[in-house]
Amino acid sequence: MSTIPLSAQLINLCASVILLLAFAMLAQRRVMQLINLFALQGLVLCLSTLVVAVTTKQHHLYWSAGLTLLLKALLLPWILHRLVRKLYVKWDIESLVNVPTTMLVGVVLVMIAFNVAQPISLLSQTISRGTLGIALAVVMLAFLMMITRTKAIPQVVGFLAMENGLFLAATSATYGMPMVVELGIALDVLVGVIILGVFFFQIRDQFDSLDIRNMERLKDN
Amino acid sequence: MSISGLLGQLFAIVLALVLAPLLTGWVNQCRAWLQSRSAPPLLQPYYMLHKLFRKDVVLAHNASSVFRTAPFVIFGCMLLACAIIPSLSTDLPFAPAADTLALVGVFGLARIFISLAAMDIGTAFGSLGGRREMLIGFLAEPALLMVIFTLAMISQSTSVATIVETLAHREVVIYPSLAFAGIAFTFVSLAENARVPVDNPATHLELTMIHEAMILEYSGRHLALIEWAASLKLYAYSCLGLALFFPWGIAAGDSILGLAGAIPLLLMKLAIGGALLALIETVNAKMRIFRAPEFLGTAFMLAVLGLLVRLLLETRV
Repeated sequence: MSTIPLSAQLINLCASVILLLAFAMLAQRRVMQLINLFALQGLVLCLSTLVVAVTTKQHHLYWSAGLTLLLKALLLPWILHRLVRKLYVKWDIESLVNVPTTMLVGVVLVMIAFNVAQPISLLSQTISRGTLGIALAVVMLAFLMMITRTKAIPQVVGFLAMENGLFLAATSATYGMPMVVELGIALDVLVGVIILGVFFFQIRDQFDSLDIRNMERLKDN
Repeated sequence: MSISGLLGQLFAIVLALVLAPLLTGWVNQCRAWLQSRSAPPLLQPYYMLHKLFRKDVVLAHNASSVFRTAPFVIFGCMLLACAIIPSLSTDLPFAPAADTLALVGVFGLARIFISLAAMDIGTAFGSLGGRREMLIGFLAEPALLMVIFTLAMISQSTSVATIVETLAHREVVIYPSLAFAGIAFTFVSLAENARVPVDNPATHLELTMIHEAMILEYSGRHLALIEWAASLKLYAYSCLGLALFFPWGIAAGDSILGLAGAIPLLLMKLAIGGALLALIETVNAKMRIFRAPEFLGTAFMLAVLGLLVRLLLETRV
């Protein structure tokens, strides 16, 4: 036990908090609080990247951490907040498929993710390799969130949370992706959210609601 | 088993008996302050017990022996629980009587008896309360067991004293799993002690009460014993939580000095814990009974997550 250095403990703690936030998002009914949770997840992700950067002295990780903070903890939540206000869905409360059931499915997913990641993380030599399982679990929980939600905004938040998970996986397995890839992904996510924002308005104009179950009735005339 | 160990054990039991109503009084007082009501005196639970012990017992005509013995069984269970939970010292001669799993069983036994007694008279409220109590219990117990499994994995033992000893005398390591387990334990304690998000200890509003509904038919010394047992349960859960998650200051041996140092620390921790409980009860609204499974499901999930995180992150050498 005593062989785990402090920085690894801090990284593990951050990763655990990210996992906890992923579960909180899975259970959250209110749109505004969902976005706040997502912002918090981005903040913790930035912290964990910073710890990895300080321990391993990898300079490009500082940039990654800064980018995460700017994009995922500030800019994207701000855009989503604005969208929610403009679309008047601030008080939207979604009826979920039975929260305890979703949670139990989530726990099973976490078990699968941990089992799958265990052999892979043994191949890696990084200080934060233990968190690979958590990163995979966060990705799968975000998937689950996108599957169980029927409203458009929570689905987008799920999509963004999945990107958080991938980012955590990249940091824990290989100390981050090359800078070009990271910038590319960041830009993709930003543009994706802006385009989806435009889609929201279109969907609402068409159906008077953001419930994407309406999309099933689309017909090509 | 030494004489001084035995004395320490007896002292811990007497302390539990004396401190438990005080803790209840303190929580009530904090709650009143936070809700800007005028607070009842700190010693109110003692006056209450004193009054109840002097009164005659009124029994229903169809009360069976279950109804009459239940208060004593419940009181005994809670006293045993207080005896084996290390509050001052981990050197407890009674500790081998039950490990943590049996401790959960002791709480379960008390729950079964109070529910049986509630249904015994056959009033509508009694059976309603009894059934609700069993619902809460069957959801809270697995979560509590999962919390205990996490701690048992850290210390490689299910004995309460050994767990506390291991946790108190380790180097400072951040265990994320302990944080998960701690939150889950808080949820379970709130539910088990009939506290606000699940039940309101101050209400007699018929539709919402759980614990109070079960003990409506009790009076006199039976009621006093049950009230005292409820205080003891709160004390036991507080001490268990403090011993497991904030174990600093609990004496390892049976030296008088260690015990003397542990008492003020325990009082301080209980005072802070009680104030926090009052705060939780003030900022939260009581939830609908059908939300309770969700609340306790969250506790169970957190405990399982703690166990999984423990397996993933903390078992490598």
